[in-house]
Amino acid sequence: MALFEAVHIHKRFGQQVVLEDISLDFEEGRVSGIMGPNGAGKTTCFNVLTGRYKPDRGEIRFAGKRIDGLPPQRIARAGLARSFQLINLFDEFTALENIMLALPGVRARRRRLLGSAFGDKAATRRAHEILALVGLEGREREVAGNLSYGDRRATEIGVALAAEPRILFLDEPTSGLGSDGTARLARLIGDLRKLCTIVIIEHDMRFLLGLADRISVIQWGQVIAEGSPAELRRNKWVRRSDLGEIG
Amino acid sequence: MTTASLAVVAPRRAVQWITPPMLVLFAVMASLPLWITPVGLYDYLAVEVAIWMIYALGFNLLFGYGGLHSFGHGAYFGVGAYAFGLVQLGLAESLWLGLLAALVAGAVAGALVALFVSHRRGIYFALMTIAFGQVFWFVAIKWHGVTGGEDGLLNIPRPAADFGFISFDLANNRSFYLFVLAVLVLVVVLMWRLVNSPFGRVLQAIRQNELRARFVGYEVWRFKWAAFVGSALLAGLAGGLFAMAQESAYPDVMSVHQSGLIVMMTLVGGGLVSFWGPVIGVAVYFVARDLLGAFTETWLLWYGLMFVVIVMFRPEGLAGVFHDLRGQFAAATRHRGVSRSAAE
Repeated sequence: MALFEAVHIHKRFGQQVVLEDISLDFEEGRVSGIMGPNGAGKTTCFNVLTGRYKPDRGEIRFAGKRIDGLPPQRIARAGLARSFQLINLFDEFTALENIMLALPGVRARRRRLLGSAFGDKAATRRAHEILALVGLEGREREVAGNLSYGDRRATEIGVALAAEPRILFLDEPTSGLGSDGTARLARLIGDLRKLCTIVIIEHDMRFLLGLADRISVIQWGQVIAEGSPAELRRNKWVRRSDLGEIG
Repeated sequence: MTTASLAVVAPRRAVQWITPPMLVLFAVMASLPLWITPVGLYDYLAVEVAIWMIYALGFNLLFGYGGLHSFGHGAYFGVGAYAFGLVQLGLAESLWLGLLAALVAGAVAGALVALFVSHRRGIYFALMTIAFGQVFWFVAIKWHGVTGGEDGLLNIPRPAADFGFISFDLANNRSFYLFVLAVLVLVVVLMWRLVNSPFGRVLQAIRQNELRARFVGYEVWRFKWAAFVGSALLAGLAGGLFAMAQESAYPDVMSVHQSGLIVMMTLVGGGLVSFWGPVIGVAVYFVARDLLGAFTETWLLWYGLMFVVIVMFRPEGLAGVFHDLRGQFAAATRHRGVSRSAAE
């Protein structure tokens, strides 16, 4: 059984149907991709899957439990973490504090009124490990708002990882990154696949085809093709779509 | 140079209960009775300043740390004042019972309002706080049987501070000031711990990025609700002390004008960037009122102009100015050190 399943998802905004009967599933331990041209409904699909928007119809199951309609914080606590196309960090906190706030141990102490927020040594050590994993060793004390774009992207992935997710959703992670930054990110995702299941929405075909085990192609709010990168390269619908050169 | 921010706290300071700036404040406040009369001011001013500092520190939990802009906070200050007065006049002449009633009444009123407003943001949050503030003010004016209408509750006694084995008479302003100062010390220390606690840091995280806070697993509205309740609780406590100070409780303290004052004090002092902003803002307001007021009846006009200038040119307030000056001084000191070692 897939770790994450979305079945017959519909979503509309006013009169505009954005997602029409979409079904997707993501196997545990794999890197899955969602791609499609601009306006295909990828980001809405991502937002529905991760709990930002409620689907109008359909079911979403994560680890066998229904999560559609649950608020994002409950979905996050169930083991789903995500990044955003536009980087979302706590910009006045340091990189270290951003990571620490997402650690389950720190989150569990959230209602304490008088103790120290970031004084826990084990949590601090863990946050340092995560920052080292995403390539931010030595930048722990830098305020997130002052970091470079690439470092902010890495911090955001670190924040998602700190939550110890079973599944990690990355929304257009290469957006705004140069070729060096994209290569660094590809290496990082290659390392992360050992830790959790990963789902990536991406418009950079080469990046996605190089990383994903399985890709779903969305167009006009529907899944028009699914398969491995090699299968998609042969798919006539994909070749006729507006995705451009895919291999 | 670092940017002034409530979120930036030296790790060493963040775990302390008593910090050097606290000691400076406590020393200045404790010495007030020695010099306030010789400089031409009066004991009651010190009482007012200390009470409003308590109010402003609580207000800034919501305004600065939570980023939740309440413009109707006078309601909870007034509710606390009435609760204190009603206990003294109708139940028992007891300081502890009165103050307990004041803070519980403030917290309960805040909890009810927060149920409606904590799901809102920005202008909707602000407008709803004004609307609820007006509801409380209107009830205070119209419910003659309980609140005394526009006249309010008069001749509220100032009970002694009875600790069982020893009792302090608070009838004169100097002894009452020392009592309020003790409460202020307690509030400053607890507030410092609160804003640096897990709860306080999550609240600041929510202010910075509500969406991210949700997606790392925090129940945003509960934190907003709790911040509102905590802030209203301290407003209620300050209101109770104010009723003692004035020996009366009246609806004017719940008016929009009075609610606006606490916002102005907090902004002028720099509550958006510093824990000490509200404290500075209260001191500046009362000094302006009494010193400028001695020269001109239009002192509030000048204070208002100062507010406009600060909002236009230094929205970080006076605490932000101090932060920048300290940064420039540190940079100049470093530069001198580098030049000296190069010369050697």
